[in-house]
Amino acid sequence: MQLHCKVNGEPREADGVWEGESLLYVLRERLGLPGSKNACEQGECGSCSVYLDGTLVCACLVAAGQAEGARIETVEGLADGDILHPVQQAYVAAGAVQCGFCTPGLIMATHDLLRRISAPTDVAIREALAGNLCRCTGYEKILDAVRMAAANARVGE
Amino acid sequence: MRGDRSLRATSSRPTRQRPAAPVTPVTGGLGESARRPDATLKVKGEFAYSSDLWAEGMLWGTTVRSPHPRAKIRSIDVSEALMVAGLATVLTADDVPGRKTFGMEVPDQPVLAWGDIRYQGEAVALVAADHPETARRAAALVRVDYEVLDPVVDAEAAMAPDAPALHPSGNVLKHVKVRHGDQQPTADVVVTGEYEVGMQDQAPLGPESGLAIPDGEGGIDLYVATQWLHVDHDQLVASLDLRPAQIRMTMAGIGGAFGAREDISIQIHACLLALRTGRPVKMSYSRQESFVGHVHRHPARLQYEHGATRDGRLVCVKTRIVFDGGAYASSSNAVCLNAATFACGPYEVPNATIDCYVTYTNNPPCGAMRGFGAVQACFGYESQMDKLAAALGMDPVELRLANAMREGTSLPTGQRVEGPAPVAEILRSLRAMPLPPNADGAGEAERDLRELPGGVSNTTHGEGVRRGVGYAVGYKNIAFSAGFDDYATARVRLSVVAGEPIAEVHSAAAEVGQGVVTLQLQIVRTELGVQRAVVLPADTQVGSAGSSSASRQTWMTGGAVKAACEAVRERVLALAASKLGATGRLVLADGAVLVADAGAAPTRVSTLADLLGAEVVEETVEYRHAPTEDLDPETGQGNAHVGFAFAGHRAVVDVDTELGLVKVVEMATAQDVGRALNPQAVEGQLQGGTAQGLGLALMEEIQISGGKVRNPSFTDYLIPTILDMPPVRMDILELGNPVSPYGVKGVGEPPTISSPAAVAAALRAATGRALRRIPVRPEHITGLLETRTDAVPDDPTKPARISAETQ
Repeated sequence: MQLHCKVNGEPREADGVWEGESLLYVLRERLGLPGSKNACEQGECGSCSVYLDGTLVCACLVAAGQAEGARIETVEGLADGDILHPVQQAYVAAGAVQCGFCTPGLIMATHDLLRRISAPTDVAIREALAGNLCRCTGYEKILDAVRMAAANARVGE
Repeated sequence: MRGDRSLRATSSRPTRQRPAAPVTPVTGGLGESARRPDATLKVKGEFAYSSDLWAEGMLWGTTVRSPHPRAKIRSIDVSEALMVAGLATVLTADDVPGRKTFGMEVPDQPVLAWGDIRYQGEAVALVAADHPETARRAAALVRVDYEVLDPVVDAEAAMAPDAPALHPSGNVLKHVKVRHGDQQPTADVVVTGEYEVGMQDQAPLGPESGLAIPDGEGGIDLYVATQWLHVDHDQLVASLDLRPAQIRMTMAGIGGAFGAREDISIQIHACLLALRTGRPVKMSYSRQESFVGHVHRHPARLQYEHGATRDGRLVCVKTRIVFDGGAYASSSNAVCLNAATFACGPYEVPNATIDCYVTYTNNPPCGAMRGFGAVQACFGYESQMDKLAAALGMDPVELRLANAMREGTSLPTGQRVEGPAPVAEILRSLRAMPLPPNADGAGEAERDLRELPGGVSNTTHGEGVRRGVGYAVGYKNIAFSAGFDDYATARVRLSVVAGEPIAEVHSAAAEVGQGVVTLQLQIVRTELGVQRAVVLPADTQVGSAGSSSASRQTWMTGGAVKAACEAVRERVLALAASKLGATGRLVLADGAVLVADAGAAPTRVSTLADLLGAEVVEETVEYRHAPTEDLDPETGQGNAHVGFAFAGHRAVVDVDTELGLVKVVEMATAQDVGRALNPQAVEGQLQGGTAQGLGLALMEEIQISGGKVRNPSFTDYLIPTILDMPPVRMDILELGNPVSPYGVKGVGEPPTISSPAAVAAALRAATGRALRRIPVRPEHITGLLETRTDAVPDDPTKPARISAETQ
């Protein structure tokens, strides 16, 4: 089948999509956007988190056809060229990146959290990021990064 | 920790040189929390992991695996699979041109099985097709006729004389014996215990994956995520039957490893498919396949007997540890040796009798995972120390302090511990840390539901919740042991580009997330005084770095990069002397050659850019640590290890004793890292390692029944989430190491060693239950299900010669 959608603000289309493909597969293998990661492909790890029409979803659980006509934002769309998004800056500065495989999903989930709650408590951060597995960091520096991103955003307001 | 500031001083006196650009102090050197060079790419989603690779016209490879843990292959029929549109090829064992087996230490595992199937998930055939779904469908049509046999699924049973031999060499893969001191000692107080550790998975988030590209001349380029390129390369050469130069490997981005990438996964398979089809072949395991596509942490059964004097001095430790090695050897031999050498813990033990076994079974193969044999042993000996403390009426920390190993202690293997062995310091540090608030039910009314066991499941508002505090301390070797020729190679190249000196570092060290790529940059910045530095992609065009395992890369590749920098520096300074006539004590700092004579302010001789001009200075160095020796096979005596690292934990838990639910309130850890070359990265290792230990204590276990993995997914194999993992309080000791570069010790593994034992101790303190098995399950906490070892009385086969009051 043919698929049309808007990804990171640009109209994209893919040909010859098999109906069983996920949005994640289309992004990674057909649209050249492998930033969303394939750690479990069953919605448990959050590594493939993207916005689908403004809602944070696991791209692995979205059938490609469901994305027809949709607006999709991926981790590749956050930075403004060489200028990192404040959430991305915070992850770098806090040392929240080790192997980094979980990072794109966590950055999307953090972005989603901070647009809903500008000054989340630690328990709120933990609840919001509970769907994102990280195997390297023990999450401490991820919490640091979220607190830092929230504080920087408040300063910027 | 700071870098060597003495090299940073800038000249305030006139020099003989013409005016130069102002000196900019080099930043990001040793001792600073220098930023990862890959962090920006990683946060942008632009870092190329092995599963992200793509090539024009590439095929997708997939693996046909045995559903049976033990069987004989009668025949394989690929004719139906070959009919699938879009299929490129199907390969079986007959298509492996070279050695038909592989293995890091013992090449006992078939590249593709013929004859015997020894575990569920064993690779039988390969398929390549134009789409991953096509490949999966074709794989399902490969008809394998199996004669299904009863699997051997218990490590003890595998040692029985009448057990079927799973390999020609028999089922006992290794037995390490250590005999130390009096073998018939007597003690005032004796405690015995039997413990079990379940099978943990490394669960790196990045799946096993890679891309093989044939070069059209019979050779191949392989891009893959691995912990050790060169040991893979050796195995590829053997099985593909090619000359070494025909196989070029380049590291792709690694999505975590923790031991799971030490063994071959897709490497040989992807190359076979690519060479056969003449097209690029990508392979990427699903999570389910990953669970059978790499080795796991060995499950263990540990029997212990500790004897002590009435005032709490250890007299003797007797132990028998049995590891289930699963179907193939992997690194089991080394795991077994490690466990045997650390079986008594970081204590002064005058008499010891240690027998450690690893056996073949039809369970999934086990091998390397963070902590490598030391984790299982620590759960055993620390459980015993708590039990002994209770029997003696002593405080558990006091008992440990009274017996703590120190510099100069002789291990049961006869090896003397050289350099700091701060076991007592670690324990005192942990004990002195403030405890988290809300202990013993105080202030529960204000507690957020999410901070209680059960969380938002709303299973308790504090009723039935008890707090427990537990301590554990552990240690392990750094780098490779037992006579292995352990070395790392680094090439450093200094040149001038666009008027600025630039240092390039080339090594094959695997950046698995730990930060060895950052560390290499920090070393060259400090050693050469050059701000611009890059680490070239790790590949097989440079010599081996050894594995990113055994907590060894900071020491080993760090040592190689340091030595290569020293060789480069020597040449640069010689050049300064010969070209400019510079004399005195010459150093490199902040992009310049300085004279830094004692008692005088450093003066600049020349900028590096001016001195070098078009000249390129390049040196390649192999760095080796001091040699080690294998243990004597009868006595277990020998200097097997080159160095040790020590860590301890204190766990604070809240337990819903009615439902068996646990909330870990805080983990505290103290560790001697020798020297923290990158404090932020060190913290990350301590926190992450602590989390993996917590996972083993509470939730992580590959469930096996009848040799079959029952939970190969992140739905059913649980790893700690951000809700499970509490804050980690840390005390990072920097006591140095007299025999390593910069005085470093390894950092990666120690935090995983004592973390599970501390959590288990805290759970016992909260519940009063024996809890002799990890992971601890809710039914063990509530007592609904006694663990097997809780129910079994002391094993009569175990040596029990120690008289007096057995507890």
